[in-house]
Amino acid sequence: MTWGLLLQAGVSGLLLGGVYGLVASGLSLIFGVLRIINFAHGAVMMLAMYTTYWLFALAGVDPYLSVILTAPLFFALGVVIQKVVIEPNRLAAEHNQLLLTLGLALFFENLALVLWQGDFRTVRVAYSNASFMVGEALVEVPRLVASGGAVLMAVGLFAFLRLTDVGKALRALAEEPEGAALVGINVSRIRAASFGLGSACVAVAGALITPFFYVAPDVAESFNIMAFVVVVLGGMGNFVGALAGGFIVGLAESLGAAFLPGSLKQLVVFMIFVIALLFRPQGLFGGSRGR
Amino acid sequence: MGAKVAAALAVAALVALPPLLPKYHLEVLISVLFWAYLGIAWNLLGGYAGQFSFGHAAFFGIGAYTSTLLLLQVGLTPWVGMILGGALAAAFGLFEGYLSFRYGLKGPYFSLVTLAFAEMLRVVGVNTKAVGSSLGLVVPSAKAAPAMFMFSGKLPYYYIILAMGALALALTWKIGRSRLGFSLAAVRENEDAAETAGVDALATKLRAMALSSFLTALGGTFYAQYFAYIDPTISFGPSVSIGALLPAIVGGAGMVLGPVLGSFVLTPLSELTRYALRGRAGADIMLYGAILMLVISFLPQGIVGLVRERRARAGQR
Repeated sequence: MTWGLLLQAGVSGLLLGGVYGLVASGLSLIFGVLRIINFAHGAVMMLAMYTTYWLFALAGVDPYLSVILTAPLFFALGVVIQKVVIEPNRLAAEHNQLLLTLGLALFFENLALVLWQGDFRTVRVAYSNASFMVGEALVEVPRLVASGGAVLMAVGLFAFLRLTDVGKALRALAEEPEGAALVGINVSRIRAASFGLGSACVAVAGALITPFFYVAPDVAESFNIMAFVVVVLGGMGNFVGALAGGFIVGLAESLGAAFLPGSLKQLVVFMIFVIALLFRPQGLFGGSRGR
Repeated sequence: MGAKVAAALAVAALVALPPLLPKYHLEVLISVLFWAYLGIAWNLLGGYAGQFSFGHAAFFGIGAYTSTLLLLQVGLTPWVGMILGGALAAAFGLFEGYLSFRYGLKGPYFSLVTLAFAEMLRVVGVNTKAVGSSLGLVVPSAKAAPAMFMFSGKLPYYYIILAMGALALALTWKIGRSRLGFSLAAVRENEDAAETAGVDALATKLRAMALSSFLTALGGTFYAQYFAYIDPTISFGPSVSIGALLPAIVGGAGMVLGPVLGSFVLTPLSELTRYALRGRAGADIMLYGAILMLVISFLPQGIVGLVRERRARAGQR
């Protein structure tokens, strides 16, 4: 009985963890290169979820297929945000940049409210309710696809950072901004690329969860806070750590949900967060060699 | 000299004019002073000590809940309850601050830890029946009882928040000229250098934390008595944390009058956009977000910073 509950919580946690991991990888990428805590990350995810919803509702595009469109679209949005909003204020105080992303989050969330009201919308596809059993645990297919897809995307991102010139330049900038500029890397272009890639990541995560998650203007606020937790756990700017942190937070949340009443599961996640911030601010896995 | 006359006129207007104002304008003015007050309280920690709190709602909520629960359960007047709430919030602030500063959390890490503490209190509040869970608490307000912090009409509340703001402002001004003020500036500008010069950075930051959280909690009690209703999302949610820091940042962080100027610009602006865009849910906050981005982009040092820069330039000529 308890074992079944535990197993189910474990499975749910793992299925959630991949998505958290991808959302957090995007946030971590932006933090690693730009040193900005991006409060608009969740709002970008929400816009991607609406894009997926409308592509499905108006043109019948399958949510998974729509990733081909949303990923480049939100890469472009991220580049525009960086060029127009963040880059001109690059030399301003750290907290000013945080407030810029906060203003952007307010703007996007309420733009969605103005355009599409606050109703919950859902994407119902043939496989929305598909599921199978592993032992005593129920595995919902859309959640499995989302988590698997998110991990694949994160691995792709990791390979991109390791193997391509742009990826190497990104990592160089994350580690040593002045050195990167000295060896001739076009730093402002790479900064734009990092915001673009981070936004594309969270957009893909948003698209992948629409088959089983409602869409609303404030849907991604909880994801945003969760992504902060994951990024801190994994080490700010550590992309692999973010993926691992995603699974830890996913597990903690679903185990908390199984054993605690109401929404107290969030308390578990925040406690992990505070403990991690205090004792391992560099992350569980060593973290980036930040400032 | 001109500045002194202008200041005296402003104070005279703030004291004498409100009885003549129509109800709606009085409400807006109370709102302006309320956010200015929270901004002044935030400024002690966020501006003077340079520790950017993103979770002042924790202290605000502790204040609101302490005085309200004491009123509802043992009939204690909020005038006393607010002091107890302030003390409790200061204790919580010291706990939060000791943990954060002891482990060397700075900049965005400190912001995140304060946000996390406020969110934890919110989650606990939502899930605890004894404090009304997500339904919140209704503060009795049917009949006037000045001894119980209950008044008929808005005017008494106006003068209370005006007095609270004036006292907090005087305290900030005094601190800025005291030994503590110089220690705060030293720690904010360069902590290592301050330590070398014999300033106890931890104790300095903790003092700012205690004062800031105490004052913020008093604002929580005022809110509870004025609006006669609190719930975990209102009290511990991010809107209060943001509302407390924005006037200070927009006006000028670490400067005495910064939060006051900030609130006199921001609050009417948000009231105005809400009025102009009524009937279109979200449009006002959307515009507010856009304005916030513009203000941060073009006034990075806040309004006071801009005035000072102008003056410095005029002086050079």
